[in-house]
Amino acid sequence: MLKQTEGSHAVAEAVALCRPQVICAYPITPQTHIVEGLGEMVKAGELVNCEYINVESEFAAMSVAIGASAAGARTYTATSSQGLLFMAEAVYNAAGLGLPIVMTIGNRAIGAPINIWNDHSDSMSMRDAGWIQLYAETNQEALDLHIQAFRLAEELVCPVMVCMDGFILTHAYERVDMPTQRQVDAFLPPYVPRQVLDPSDPVSIGALVGPEAFTEVRYLSHHKQLRALGLIPELAAEFKKTFGRESGGLIRTYRSEDAETIVVALGSLNGTVQEVVDAMRESGSRIGSVSICSFRPFPLAVLREALRSAKRVVVLEKCLAVGLGGIVSDGVRKSLSGIQLNGYTVIAGLGGRAITRASLTRLFEDAERDELEQVTFLDLNADVVSHELERESRTRRTGPTAEAILRRIGTVASQIG
Amino acid sequence: MDTQIKFYQTGTFTVGNRLLTEEQRTVQADMHRTNSLNSGHRACQGCGEALGARYAIDAAMRATGNQLIAVNATGCLEVFSTPYPETSWQIPWIHSLFGNAAAVATGVAAAQRVLGRTDVRVIAQGGDGGTTDIGFGCLSGMFERNDDVLYICYDNEAYMNTGVQRSSATPPTARTATTPAVGTAPGNVFGTGKNVPLIAMAHRIPYVATASVANLRDLEQKVTHAMEIHGARYIHIFVPCPLGWGSAPEDTILIARLAIECGLFPLFEAHDGKVTSRTPIRRQVPVTEYLNKQKRFAHLFGKTPDTARIDQMQRMADQNIADFGLLQ
Repeated sequence: MLKQTEGSHAVAEAVALCRPQVICAYPITPQTHIVEGLGEMVKAGELVNCEYINVESEFAAMSVAIGASAAGARTYTATSSQGLLFMAEAVYNAAGLGLPIVMTIGNRAIGAPINIWNDHSDSMSMRDAGWIQLYAETNQEALDLHIQAFRLAEELVCPVMVCMDGFILTHAYERVDMPTQRQVDAFLPPYVPRQVLDPSDPVSIGALVGPEAFTEVRYLSHHKQLRALGLIPELAAEFKKTFGRESGGLIRTYRSEDAETIVVALGSLNGTVQEVVDAMRESGSRIGSVSICSFRPFPLAVLREALRSAKRVVVLEKCLAVGLGGIVSDGVRKSLSGIQLNGYTVIAGLGGRAITRASLTRLFEDAERDELEQVTFLDLNADVVSHELERESRTRRTGPTAEAILRRIGTVASQIG
Repeated sequence: MDTQIKFYQTGTFTVGNRLLTEEQRTVQADMHRTNSLNSGHRACQGCGEALGARYAIDAAMRATGNQLIAVNATGCLEVFSTPYPETSWQIPWIHSLFGNAAAVATGVAAAQRVLGRTDVRVIAQGGDGGTTDIGFGCLSGMFERNDDVLYICYDNEAYMNTGVQRSSATPPTARTATTPAVGTAPGNVFGTGKNVPLIAMAHRIPYVATASVANLRDLEQKVTHAMEIHGARYIHIFVPCPLGWGSAPEDTILIARLAIECGLFPLFEAHDGKVTSRTPIRRQVPVTEYLNKQKRFAHLFGKTPDTARIDQMQRMADQNIADFGLLQ
């Protein structure tokens, strides 16, 4: 059914259609509307046979999810930013125990400085926690990915994060095609656990594992993700059959077949990238793009296939590996091992900095001329940076950096391009 | 307790099972006890925690018709019970993290409700570190939501698994690896620490109790009673640690009993935030009798005894006796 709705509510409805049995809720912007929506459905009796638990922290949210999942219930939660970091220990634990929890990340920056707006620093910080990570391009894809995520998680007994850009997707009202309960039921069978806490068949879960077996247990986590490389496209194909539209998969290419310059990005940014690609194609550029949907497992082989004929690759990253540059770039370059082409890392959109078509056009034109640095910060205000560095070289007691910069910049409104 | 038991074996203050009717006998005296924490585990000699857990879980098993799931915080109990490929647990058991046992138990209980297994009950258990310190947030959350979980804290008054460091349950003056017995104020400082049973009561949860391995019949009855109640319940069990306390393994029960009899560890029950019963002290002993059997307090009893600090400990014991009305 077509409807105009907020991204978060679309996701909440999709999650409800997946018949979750335990939902742990803790508020954090910009994810909050999702758990609010689910809470309303449970309270109103629209989502039945579901325990909705208001917990006291994100650490508790993931811990309750661990208990519920280990006891055989289909379990869901959502978080963002600091919340994901606060639950970090339990995030790793859920994956280590092999519990198929599904969690939405409303992607948001990590402080300090505190910032509620979008980038990918939060989910990227958990990229090696053993969870599958899927990044949604649109609200439609965000809701579709949740339906696929439960199926994927439960087949592999591996937790899945569905990452959707905070505000840009979570708070945007868009038209979405909401599937019917019957469609979802046909795609997603009831959860049958591999391991369960059951008095009639007692098991110990979570024992101490020493050097004699730890590597094998870890390898099997890796192996699960390698299996996911096959399963993710299979599920996307099956999803298309049932629901009649393309969503998910490992990567999606856009006008990249004959492209000399290929832009790689994750999430909602791809919409803007594709518009710029179209415009530049019209003026004769051979440019295309690749959207990575599955960041974990990282699709090395298909990415290599998509990029191998290009002359250069520009990786647009909404996160920063401080002291190195890009996180996504690492994987992209690994996929290109042995292939000679120019690779550029561009850090863009940190803390919600708008990524405009004008900026991207300039950036891609520079890339086409190979006039980019190895690591570029899109729209970095060089004046602000050099002024602050100069101030620090003059005085010892400069006070807090972020506040000094804000004082110099003045009002926020003037910075939105 | 409902049944007043009046026959005591001379000198021991314990009641022989043979003097009682079968229904009054301990769970451990029952040939059909479940041995939920089975023999062969790796606890130290004289471990109070192993003893307390064995009695508590077997009692809970009997009370629930063996429909029990246990969640364990990281700590001694977790480590010594599951040296895989061996496990001592004869019940479904999960260990997740140090600080989240209460929350994991909430999740397990929620799953039982939603799966229609209302007969299956849930226990969370941890040491004092996992309960009063790192797990305190999750514990308080579980309490205030009144989740259907019995949380048992085995209190040995420090982080024993990591090598005897101070926790918020460590008593004043006690030597630990992080409160060494050196300087002018040796050991843990006065005026610190928290009383989690009282904090639990402040949540107005249906049932809070303290128990001790010195009074195993009482411990079993409290666990049994707790399993008759739904909602959040808390039992705080005093479990001496010979390794961490520097006491003789064979003195575990004796030391636990002296802690009760000197007044430092009051035994009581509370329903809905109000104290409803307390175990009277029949003969108060001075705190020195309790303290001088443990090396963690040895600095109080040097060539010149530290009477000021001993007196301060005595005042703490006297205050407990007054607060709970233990001398009757």
